[in-house]
Amino acid sequence: MEIPKSFLGYKRENGRAGTRNHVIILPVDDISNACAEAVANNIKGTIALPHSYGRLQFGADLDLHFRTMIGTGSNPNVAAVIVIGIEPKWTKKIVDGIAKTGKPVEGFHIERTGDIGTVMKASKKAQEFSQWASEKQREECPMSDLWISVKCGESDTTSGLASNPTVGNLMEKLEPLGVHLCFGETSELTGAENVCAARGATKEASEKFMKTWNEYNDFILKEATNDLSESQPTAGNIAGGLTTIEEKAFGNFQKIGNLKFIDVLEPAEEPEKGPGLYFMDTSSAAAECITLQAAGGFNIHLFPTGQGNIVGNPIEPVVKLTANPLTAKSMSEHVDCDVSKILSREMNLSEAGDKLIETTLRVANGRLTCAEALGHKEFVMTKLYRSA
Amino acid sequence: MATDIIIHDKKDNVGVVVIEKITPKQDCKCWIMENDSSASIQSIDEIPLGHKIAMVDLKEGDTILKYGHDIGKVVKAIRKGEHVHVHNVKTKKW
Repeated sequence: MEIPKSFLGYKRENGRAGTRNHVIILPVDDISNACAEAVANNIKGTIALPHSYGRLQFGADLDLHFRTMIGTGSNPNVAAVIVIGIEPKWTKKIVDGIAKTGKPVEGFHIERTGDIGTVMKASKKAQEFSQWASEKQREECPMSDLWISVKCGESDTTSGLASNPTVGNLMEKLEPLGVHLCFGETSELTGAENVCAARGATKEASEKFMKTWNEYNDFILKEATNDLSESQPTAGNIAGGLTTIEEKAFGNFQKIGNLKFIDVLEPAEEPEKGPGLYFMDTSSAAAECITLQAAGGFNIHLFPTGQGNIVGNPIEPVVKLTANPLTAKSMSEHVDCDVSKILSREMNLSEAGDKLIETTLRVANGRLTCAEALGHKEFVMTKLYRSA
Repeated sequence: MATDIIIHDKKDNVGVVVIEKITPKQDCKCWIMENDSSASIQSIDEIPLGHKIAMVDLKEGDTILKYGHDIGKVVKAIRKGEHVHVHNVKTKKW
């Protein structure tokens, strides 16, 4: 298949391009959710991103909170942002961070005004943003404007056999076009950590990966009451035939094909070393991982599943593929790309990779994913430790 | 071309069932992806889609190889053709 050279995206002020054109109402903290949701309810064409945190966090955990908030607002799939927080200082910090992209952003704080007054003021601005964004048109963008993140979920042995290698095949074909790529899931590389480290493009990248994995493993050994066998593999993984974390890890690892990663990113960190594959330190919980990757600036997500994970994200479209014929049949409304014919050898890996590229481009051009059509918008902040 | 079991790597001692299930004493066709070769095996157990079958006799303490890599240890002897899963294999981590 000849790979298209462009897609239709929304060009942004900072030179990036989006596959979506969202106006988001972003609460800084848990207690501002009600206000944000009221504004999104008032003004059509906007979405609120409620979450559970943002109060009394400190240190690295607070840094991650701000990085995720600012990164989410800065994502090119977002046209404009209303930020609402309880107090002015943290609200302003997030507004200022997002404003660096040049996109319209305005902050409101609730103290001394109350919910109702804030909803009124923020709604007026949100209406202006929504109508402004509605006039944006899709334009031809080079493939290098695609930033693709990947994460698998409810994996089974069909993931390692076929759907994850299909993503790997896509990566091998798109990397030469200057696409940014990102995989994560620190915990689910356990068992394959040395093989993964060897895929660092430089000694520095390999060492950074091992440092990240070792820190994770030390944390597990410190916190675990017995072992992780109850959590990893999950009950769904085991039902699907996966027996050990090592088996899951080698299956997971198929998603990067034969590529090497050029750098290791902190959670929600934006890559700065140009096109190519990055590893991001993330949880393996689907919504947490995708939320962090979206905050890192990735604008389309590929999600291979075995037993049928149904996750979506409010700003980054999540394309689902499966190679499990039972899942493809029984959960068809969740499957954007069915590659189950690999198992019956009616389709080879390269054909499956081409099919996935075609699906990915249709979604990049605007086709709603299954998760979007079904209303999945799981926005889940990662929290490193308890608040003060 | 149709296959009942796929084996990732020629070093692997387990294969994955890729049809809805295999039944006891079924003569199964296997495809080894790495070198595109074929093999055959007779099953002992019923094994569902996605689950593993032992391609050789395995004794306690043996290492399970899949993708050509170590994915865990045998904790209960397994005969060639038997179901390989959490009842007879455990992680070497944790």
